[in-house]
Amino acid sequence: MSDHNQHAVAHYRNNFLREVEDRVEDGEWVKMCMQCGVCAGSCPFGPHWEHSPQKIFMMIRAGKREEVLASDSMWMCTSCYNCIVRCPRKLPITHIMHGLAHYAHRLGVAPKGQPTREVARLFWNNLARSGRVNELRFSLAMYFKDGFVQGIKNSLAMQGIGIGLMKAKRLNPMEILGGHKCRDKDGIHKMIAKAREIEERKQGFTS
Amino acid sequence: MTKKQYAFYPGCSSQKGASASNFATSIEVMCEKLGIQLNEIPDWNCCSASIGYGDGGLLPRLVLNARNLALAEQHLPGQDMVSGCPACWLSTRETAEKLHESGSLMAEANEALKEAGLSFKGTVRARHIVEVLVEDVGFAGMKQPVVKPLEGMKIAGYVGCQTNRPFGIAGESFENPQYLDKMIETVGAEPASGYEQKVTCCGGALAFSEPDKSQKQIRDIVESAYDHGAEMIVTPCQLCQANVEIYQSEINKKQGTKFAMPVVYYSQLLTVAYGGSLKQAGLDGHVIQPEKLQQIAVRQK
Repeated sequence: MSDHNQHAVAHYRNNFLREVEDRVEDGEWVKMCMQCGVCAGSCPFGPHWEHSPQKIFMMIRAGKREEVLASDSMWMCTSCYNCIVRCPRKLPITHIMHGLAHYAHRLGVAPKGQPTREVARLFWNNLARSGRVNELRFSLAMYFKDGFVQGIKNSLAMQGIGIGLMKAKRLNPMEILGGHKCRDKDGIHKMIAKAREIEERKQGFTS
Repeated sequence: MTKKQYAFYPGCSSQKGASASNFATSIEVMCEKLGIQLNEIPDWNCCSASIGYGDGGLLPRLVLNARNLALAEQHLPGQDMVSGCPACWLSTRETAEKLHESGSLMAEANEALKEAGLSFKGTVRARHIVEVLVEDVGFAGMKQPVVKPLEGMKIAGYVGCQTNRPFGIAGESFENPQYLDKMIETVGAEPASGYEQKVTCCGGALAFSEPDKSQKQIRDIVESAYDHGAEMIVTPCQLCQANVEIYQSEINKKQGTKFAMPVVYYSQLLTVAYGGSLKQAGLDGHVIQPEKLQQIAVRQK
């Protein structure tokens, strides 16, 4: 268990709902859920979730901390916002799912090797580096995330698509050398570091 | 004619050589004909898209978007900020609204922005190009420059998710928005009526991490377009366009289908209808060739 996770457990004891309200994006909305299930029925990846948003909300209230944070359900969110616009109580469900996923990731208790968690991490690293996304490097990082041999296999499997996109001038092999970037990337790095520092202080990760 | 001025946020996928570079090309003639001037925001950065949440956290994501808003406010004062990418628009608008509603978030965002030598007052409105077309130009205005009606084409209007939810285009329903069908009619083509996959999710960023689940979504979207007699899909979304076009070959390989349904942007329809060339419409940027539209583009009137 990570230090951050231990501190959180010690601080909130058995009150997981309060922990979510304090530390998770839009967490204060969780108690408004009336368990109607419209979110569960509206999710495009609904059949693939172990726990629908409706279940997650009830589990939070029931204090099932470990099961919620270790669930891979939040990582199945495609950000389609169907649940948000259909929720009769107007809960920002998509944001809460993102918030829970990020919180579990931050605590180090999110499921290891969860593919969307990996993609999310690689995407953020990619954009934070130069201020803009480098699509070629992002794709390659994804193919090679499980090692070199698997990376070659993945690249070969996706070769047709890559060549098609290059022919259409929608994938530039020269991006490997750096490609597009912001002029003030140093400013962006400092700005992100400051935002992270403020957020961590606010959420009690640092004093 | 004095042009309407907007602060333009192209977004990463619209850069040269990126996955939606043909979208960026295709809006030039369209904007020219409609009297829209897009002024690129200097040194804009990534919005962190819908997948940035995993590692990003709320404030870092808000701050990335606040930087673009602050740059627009400083360099292009008084202009609405306009994006062509739904993810960019959604992130920017969400940021503008969240900072507007919360004084403490605004203060925190400004504390971080200071590190990049910027500050944000909160005066910029974040809009989508489709809003500019529908609200500022109007359908009658969009029809005026049409010199080559796309007669005889039947097109499935695939709106997708993020142009439609959670904000959407004012006055439209989330379940069955009409503006894209109206645009198809405006350029003289026929919308595939009853196309029930209009607002279905293509899997978004999870097309990378959960390919099988996403390709099931894409299969539904393409299959329904065929079922409704469409010869092409049109969309306002960069990720929808890429996912739905690119993965058809994968679906064919795995499932024995024979999909070859072209997927284009609304801006490509307008540009061709306004007399733009194949190149100006970005129609040289496809993996599945939209042949009929290409033929109209090269035809003399």
